[in-house]
Amino acid sequence: MGGGARKPTEKGKKEMACQLLLTDFTLPLKSLKLSHSGLRLKGRSIGLQKASTTVAYYGLKTPPYNLDDLEPYMSKRALEVHWGVHHRDFVDNLNKQLGKSDILYGYTMDELVKATYNNGNPLPEFNNAAAEVWNHDFFWESMQPGGGDMPNLGLLEQIEKDFGSFTNFREMFVEAALSLFGSGWVWLVLKRQEKRLVVVKTSNSINPIVWDDIPILNLDMWEHSYYLDYKNDKARYVSTFMNHLVSWNAAMIHMARAEAFVNLGEPKMPIA
Amino acid sequence: GALEPAISGEIMQLHHQKHHQTYITNYNKALEQLHEAIQKGDSSTVVKLQSAIKFNGGGHVNHSIFWKNLAPIREGGGEPPKASLGWAIDTHFGSLESLIQKMNAEGAALQGSGWVWLGVNKELKKLVIETTPNQDPLVTKGPHLVPLLGIDVWEHAYYLQYKNVRPDYLKNIWKVINWKYASEVYEKECA
Repeated sequence: MGGGARKPTEKGKKEMACQLLLTDFTLPLKSLKLSHSGLRLKGRSIGLQKASTTVAYYGLKTPPYNLDDLEPYMSKRALEVHWGVHHRDFVDNLNKQLGKSDILYGYTMDELVKATYNNGNPLPEFNNAAAEVWNHDFFWESMQPGGGDMPNLGLLEQIEKDFGSFTNFREMFVEAALSLFGSGWVWLVLKRQEKRLVVVKTSNSINPIVWDDIPILNLDMWEHSYYLDYKNDKARYVSTFMNHLVSWNAAMIHMARAEAFVNLGEPKMPIA
Repeated sequence: GALEPAISGEIMQLHHQKHHQTYITNYNKALEQLHEAIQKGDSSTVVKLQSAIKFNGGGHVNHSIFWKNLAPIREGGGEPPKASLGWAIDTHFGSLESLIQKMNAEGAALQGSGWVWLGVNKELKKLVIETTPNQDPLVTKGPHLVPLLGIDVWEHAYYLQYKNVRPDYLKNIWKVINWKYASEVYEKECA
């Protein structure tokens, strides 16, 4: 995916937005083990050996900006730890678990999250890895340098339709974030059945795709996400996110993609 | 600062002055609102306030125990328990090390935020290790459970110093655990 090397210009930001469309982060990377076992077979190998074990595993995706691009709202240090250590550990955990499991081979990331959620009884090892990887990938994309402000066009219309006004939506989002007990996430989600946008808060690692809803934006409310920059001042962290970090570009892209799956309104058919 | 290097002064200050204080403030607020709602006979508000009371009240209760559980090394922190508690630990867990290992394993495995406890079931006079999520007090795991020792494994308890390496925090905190307090509680409940 790359995208970490350039300083974002206006054009650059649009390019980054396009990159999100191209990124299919459900693509598992096939292991390099193939060449390994190839070597083994070439050497002296006992005939009854298992055929080459192919293992799918995931790589750590870089955020679509440099680690210091979100200063001063989210420090480079915070990103270095949050992305470089936490997120990396989640990916490593996931790969370790995948290495031990045959059943989950070939699953896309979405499928992994849903499968390991296990209908409400999350398998702890997996959920702590798969879901957190998904959530954090999405989180980096939900932010951008020079973020904040308001969405445009269709997304703004939909928000005004479903929340009354952008201000109402913002209040609900902030309230959900501040009223979360313990660790969790806040989401702007498009509900498939009800065909509307809602704000949802989830505990620990839970992700709305397990209810078949479509996330548009998320915000990490685990303490590790804001502690280095804001200590215990959650309110300031959340309002800074809304004012300076949230990427409405990414939200609009997610929305556009979601509309391929959810029919939000009457098609505008020309009247004969 | 007296608990360094196991727990940094900065963490202790924030933990006590900010986090614990916030729980108390919000607890008092929730209690006021509860009082009003009871007076007005507003049952749905009474019920609605329960989760805020459990969370903030629990936070206050748990942290108050936590401060008593910790002591600087020069005041006896880390000194292993003797007398009846020490004996009970050896009987039940085999050794202090094995208790510590078990508690650390439970604490590290806890998803998200919560506490890991060494408690005593005062009916059965048995020691137990339990975890509770968020700020749920130990009594939510059993009405006869009395907390002897609680370790806060919310990220705020260790993040500035240990980042995401919760196991290191758990390993080091035993150096400042105040067993004297735990023994006193144990003896009171099991005398």
